[in-house]
Amino acid sequence: MVAAFVLRRLGAGILLLLTLSFLVFCLLALSPGTPLQALLGTRPASPELVDSLNARYHLNDPFLVQYGRWLAGVCALDFGQSISVQSDAPVGQILSERMALTLQLGGYALVLILLVGIPLGMLAGIRRGRRTDRAISAGATVAISAPAFVLAIVLLYVFGVALKWFPVYGTGTGFAERVSHLTLPAVALATVLSGILVRQTRAAMLTAMSQDYITFARLRGLSPGRVLVRYALRNAALPVVTSLGLILVAALTSTLFIEQVFSLPGIGTLLLAAVTNNDVPVVQGAVLVLGASVILTNLAVDLLGLALDPRTRFAVKDGA
Amino acid sequence: MAELTAVAQTVEEPEQIEGRRRKRPPVLILLAGSVAAAIAVLVVIGPWTTPFDPAHQDLMNTAAGPGGGHPLGTDSLGRDVLSLLLAGARIAVIGPVIVAAGAVLFGATLGMAAAWKGGFVDSLISRVADLMYALPGLLVIVVIVGVLGGGYWLAVAVLLLLSLPTAFRMTRSVAAAQVRLPYIEAARTLGLSVPRIVFRHILPNIFPTLLATFLLDFVGALIGLSGLSFLGLGAPPGTPDWGSLLQDGQSMLTVNPWVSLAPGLLILLTATSITLLGDWMYDRYSARGAQR
Repeated sequence: MVAAFVLRRLGAGILLLLTLSFLVFCLLALSPGTPLQALLGTRPASPELVDSLNARYHLNDPFLVQYGRWLAGVCALDFGQSISVQSDAPVGQILSERMALTLQLGGYALVLILLVGIPLGMLAGIRRGRRTDRAISAGATVAISAPAFVLAIVLLYVFGVALKWFPVYGTGTGFAERVSHLTLPAVALATVLSGILVRQTRAAMLTAMSQDYITFARLRGLSPGRVLVRYALRNAALPVVTSLGLILVAALTSTLFIEQVFSLPGIGTLLLAAVTNNDVPVVQGAVLVLGASVILTNLAVDLLGLALDPRTRFAVKDGA
Repeated sequence: MAELTAVAQTVEEPEQIEGRRRKRPPVLILLAGSVAAAIAVLVVIGPWTTPFDPAHQDLMNTAAGPGGGHPLGTDSLGRDVLSLLLAGARIAVIGPVIVAAGAVLFGATLGMAAAWKGGFVDSLISRVADLMYALPGLLVIVVIVGVLGGGYWLAVAVLLLLSLPTAFRMTRSVAAAQVRLPYIEAARTLGLSVPRIVFRHILPNIFPTLLATFLLDFVGALIGLSGLSFLGLGAPPGTPDWGSLLQDGQSMLTVNPWVSLAPGLLILLTATSITLLGDWMYDRYSARGAQR
């Protein structure tokens, strides 16, 4: 049953990616700059050079033929060559390098989010309406409405420039250096995102704590810790896990700004550079990678939900 | 912004047990209200309050720290930072106001239509809205605006389009609840025209929700637009704008950090205050029977 569910979702995901890549291709065709300008750079546009570039990159082919050629390449895992961001480098290689750094940043931030967001959300949920709850909820509101780039700049100034605790530039070599270089960006990312998690956890805890089975567990004289972890947290887990999909979507946008502030060569800054330089193969590749990661994460979240809550399995069986 | 309302919607809080209907808004909300009012005043009178001409360049005195008549120092072209901030409030705020107003106007119309008609119209608009809602909005905007070459009004237009689903969803859910209530049936039985029922009877009842939606959309657009300016895709270089100033100042963090920090903190303060106001309104008015 689960296998059929996964297959159906993957099929829908591939269709979605196809549509997405076609839309982006159309958008790029509408853009004011042309790949030819990007390829020429500062060189004089002699007819021979223009002809050879047109021939090499198939720039004179009809629109649909160009899309078809790109698609055929992708099916053979060939994403083409970069035009202007890193001249002639294979897009697949650029993407995997950039994605590696973004994933490290994201993984670091995820650890921080889980360590901070869930305990704070639980605390606020238990202490509902009291001072602790109000302070945490207000903090979460500030964190959610704080633009990632503002937060990143403030952190960069306070801990990088003024206190000099962390490096302000570059990515570092070796594990320890990489961690210290990624700390400020990861904290910035985690702050923005844990606001969402705190709110979701708090609301889920409030719902769980008001159920009859909690009152009954208390009546039976179970210890508060046991009631909290074994009864409330277990039932609050599903909405919290579901919110991870939401967090990922927010993370993609925030990462772009944070990478930009800290000049990190990740997928976000790559996309930005490719978009402003009209580097068609790189834009297409980056959109594909980002789209696929959203689809796969949402699938993973749903599978986790299936594992956590037996009730959701019936929905899958009914073909929903 | 999508994330904000999604948080409010995905997990329902349980019924309020203690009757939490305060006579007076809490101190925090009053504070947020005064900040919002101050920003609004600044948008109107900003350009006449600047101690220096914001466009005046003093190339002998660039990137100077606070002092010498410049409370926040000068930027890379020797322009007075405080004057740029005061004059820049207009560009930073007017675009988001247009986005939020447009989103509420069109989104509410669509939402109302979906709630009133139901059936096919409802499910068609809802499907499209759901699809747009699932996109990482700002990333889509960066791709579209970046590919098309950037620009303030292009950014405003794309932001407006992508803010529509939020406004639509919120209006639809509250309007659909109203349509089922007996007073609407009574109004229909009396033979009132559809526009009269919609504007005179439904609209006043869902107005607080619309206002809350407007505020939350405004925050999303403020962050989006200043973010685009920060990436160099919004307001053209040289204009006094909070987002562009923030980016300009990043290379000067060691010499005059205020070029970046001051606009950043202003954006943060504005966004937080308006979010608090919007959330408060949403909790206070939309929970009272209007929803579900």
